[in-house]
Amino acid sequence: MKFTNIISPFLAWGRAAKKADTVAFPSADRPGAPRYRGFHINDLEKCIGCGRCEEICQNAALDMTPTPLTQFKEGDTGLRPRVDYGRCCWCALCVDVCSTGSLGMTNEYLWSSVDADEFIYTPGLEAKPWDDSSRGYRQAQDILGWAGGARREMPVLPPDERIKTFDEVVMGFIEEDAVAEAARCIQCGLCVSACPAHMHIPEYLLAIAERRFRDAVEIFYQNNPLPEMCGKVCTRRCEMVCALGHQGEPIAIRWLKRFATERFDSLAEVMRMWERKAPTGKQVAVIGAGPAGLTAAYYLALAGHDVEVFDADRKGGGVTRSGIPMYRLPDQSLDKQMEVFKNAGVTLRFGQTIDQSRFVSLCSDFDAVFIAVGLTGALRLRIEGEDLGGVESALDLLARVNLEDDASPVGERVVVIGGGNVAMDASRVARRLGAQVVLSYRRRVQDMPADDEEIEEAKEEGIEFRTQTIPLRIESRGSKLLYLYGNAEMIPDQKGGRPRPRLMEGTEHELEVDRVFVAVGQAPDLGFLPKEISDQLKVDWGKIVVDADQFTGVPGIFAGGDITPGRDDAISAIADGLRAVRGIRRLLEG
Amino acid sequence: MRTDPQKTVRLFFGPQHPGVTGNMSVELWVEGDEVTKGISRVGYLHRGFEKLMERRLWIQNFPLVCRMCVPETDVNEACYAEALELLAGIDVPVRARWLRALVLELARLGVNLMSLGGQGGTIGLGTAAQWGITYRDFVLDLLEELSGGRIYHMFILPGGVRRDIPSGFFSRVETVLETIEERLPEFDRLLFDNAVFQTRTQGIGVIRPEWVDELGLVGPMARACGFARDVRQDDAYEIYDQLAFDVVTETGGDIFARALVRRRDIALSIDLIRQIMKRTPDGPVAVQLPNLTRWRIPAGEVYAKVESSRGEYGYYVVSDGGLRPRRVHVRGPSYVHGVTLLERMLVGTNIADVSNLMVSLTICPPEIDR
Repeated sequence: MKFTNIISPFLAWGRAAKKADTVAFPSADRPGAPRYRGFHINDLEKCIGCGRCEEICQNAALDMTPTPLTQFKEGDTGLRPRVDYGRCCWCALCVDVCSTGSLGMTNEYLWSSVDADEFIYTPGLEAKPWDDSSRGYRQAQDILGWAGGARREMPVLPPDERIKTFDEVVMGFIEEDAVAEAARCIQCGLCVSACPAHMHIPEYLLAIAERRFRDAVEIFYQNNPLPEMCGKVCTRRCEMVCALGHQGEPIAIRWLKRFATERFDSLAEVMRMWERKAPTGKQVAVIGAGPAGLTAAYYLALAGHDVEVFDADRKGGGVTRSGIPMYRLPDQSLDKQMEVFKNAGVTLRFGQTIDQSRFVSLCSDFDAVFIAVGLTGALRLRIEGEDLGGVESALDLLARVNLEDDASPVGERVVVIGGGNVAMDASRVARRLGAQVVLSYRRRVQDMPADDEEIEEAKEEGIEFRTQTIPLRIESRGSKLLYLYGNAEMIPDQKGGRPRPRLMEGTEHELEVDRVFVAVGQAPDLGFLPKEISDQLKVDWGKIVVDADQFTGVPGIFAGGDITPGRDDAISAIADGLRAVRGIRRLLEG
Repeated sequence: MRTDPQKTVRLFFGPQHPGVTGNMSVELWVEGDEVTKGISRVGYLHRGFEKLMERRLWIQNFPLVCRMCVPETDVNEACYAEALELLAGIDVPVRARWLRALVLELARLGVNLMSLGGQGGTIGLGTAAQWGITYRDFVLDLLEELSGGRIYHMFILPGGVRRDIPSGFFSRVETVLETIEERLPEFDRLLFDNAVFQTRTQGIGVIRPEWVDELGLVGPMARACGFARDVRQDDAYEIYDQLAFDVVTETGGDIFARALVRRRDIALSIDLIRQIMKRTPDGPVAVQLPNLTRWRIPAGEVYAKVESSRGEYGYYVVSDGGLRPRRVHVRGPSYVHGVTLLERMLVGTNIADVSNLMVSLTICPPEIDR
């Protein structure tokens, strides 16, 4: 041992003269680091209550609870996370997986209270000093999947190919892509409440993700007897509210439904195991073999009732067959789905027009009648020249092409008036029939009721959009037509609706075309109802008003689909059909 | 073994004893001030980690594993992440690998400072303990800035690291490294040049070289006996094969030699951190993981290991292709050091040297009580 070894430790006293490394608490504040994982904050407005945070929490520290400030609405469960700081381990997985990015953690870490229950709190609801803190841990790069990864690309025909053919634009997923896409689902179930038919979306996505495709189809059929049609053309309310859509792209729920049904050449084969209940001896007449009528017929038949469906067309499907072009919904697909109805014991009677006398006899022959005739009339432009030859309803064009396979040319140049899905369909059909198409719409593109995807595809196919154009009149010029229109300016709607178009006086343009197709909406036609019945019905804007069970108020008569108020799309019609089943079964089975 | 009841006193040392490393105890049979027999009593920290992991989703175990070792949490995260990556076939971005090495070295630096200080603390040199903790706190400040947590960093994630470094982070790391480097000579004078420290550590708690292979000793315990064993070099993980360094060894095998290995490991960590900071490439820091609640990892089994401050630390993970691990087994070095080795070494030890010995073995009880 050396002498220096006895002296050297005492040199540590030198430190005493230097500045201390510690800070004095509480006089000196020591804030957490800028990305410190401290107390939670939550933007209640932004949060949709999907419950992803609750699901990922390994300590069950988060609990989705109702709050007085939020309520259930489409795309929002109304629930908000409540944190139990007795359980929280501050790992911030909840922040990283938050589908909206509303949840965060501040760099605050001091909170004392004598009441232990205070530490179970709902961020954003109870005011805290750190509510406005901008520091702390926030969502950054998406590695933990708040956006669910990239949506699988759906292969489509290139635009220049598809204008030559009525083949389907969408080519469908391959199995690997479908499974990967379905596996993105976080099972929040927001889609279920948004879907009018409340299909069991998380369940069937799980089935697809686990390659249980037969199970998936069976789940579809629990509340949708036309899944392949919906898989191709549904307006997909589900995807609009998908939690992953907030910061990424929603799951391709529609395409996955299509994928699962297309795996099977025969859906009737898959659904064979569905046993019908013992016959009840009750009879139900369904007028109209569209989505609403078929849905009601299917589930009523399964319940053991004798169901006869009457339709004026030669095949079932209603407007989904006559109005939706082949490149979106091929005939073969509908034919394949129609087989299931036959298997379920539904009697389908096509080519049957129901008039007043026939309706009366139906009412007396059957225990219940379900009116699902859809919208059979077209709205008119109410301008001069509308009745000229060559001016036609877009629906007539679609029906001619779809039902009669009439692919005769419609001329070199046509104009389609309107901005809804029918206008898009008619434009794209006319394009496939070889015409140059101009689309004339009163409002702007962003105001169009048509699906964004359809608008995009129409543009790709070379449809010329002339927006903010108001039809003035149509004149005849030789063998051609002259479409005259004025420009519109947008004025805000007093009631907060879409801005309204107003004609700018003095503007007038002309367009020489071969044909004019009018797609400004459809109208109900209740002419088949005898007066004594229609007098008893409550009619609003030409549509039959019904209750929550689709009951019209006239004993034994139910109505649904586009003929009743509400959204005019296939899935809403299916939902109407399901409600009618509930109402009719209550009536027949007590 | 002499256990004459007339002469022997049975003494419970810990779990509530400042000289015990963490939450464990040893039961001692003492004659005079000499220990004649010692048994490690563990179980106070048993939280059933390995079993818990079998009922949690793969990702939910990521905030859990770090709790296996409080002073050096990152080795658990690294092992778990690496095991999952091997099983799932995830290719980790290069930058993430460098950042992981940075975090692992920072953590090693911090824990070595603490245990070196602790070594002084057990023999009454409280100043060293305070300093060690203070310097470690500088490192913890850095880790807090990087990860958002001081102790449980939860930074090394399967697939990469959780965040990129904040801007200017490397310069702040450098400042801390310089501060520590500047103060280390003072630290040395307080410990290694100190007659008290020398007297209480030299020739005490000697590990015989033949025990190393017999018991499976790793880390500083083996290196202080002249075995150049270091996973960083023997079976390089992350980017350690791209770093230039020599494994630190000493030959004494006593407490002093182990302290010296730690002291030199501090210098090595500082050097490695500088190398890492100089060479970390740009690029992404993580890959996109699949849907976490639906994440199935292909069936298989894998052993992933890293070099912790206490030696080889390994995770044996078995997947049956499900949403959760089938089995996770943690190989903590303290299991050997804290039970088999300690019980052997306690015999013949002076009672005043028991905690001295335990600290020099850097026993981390949660690794034993998984």
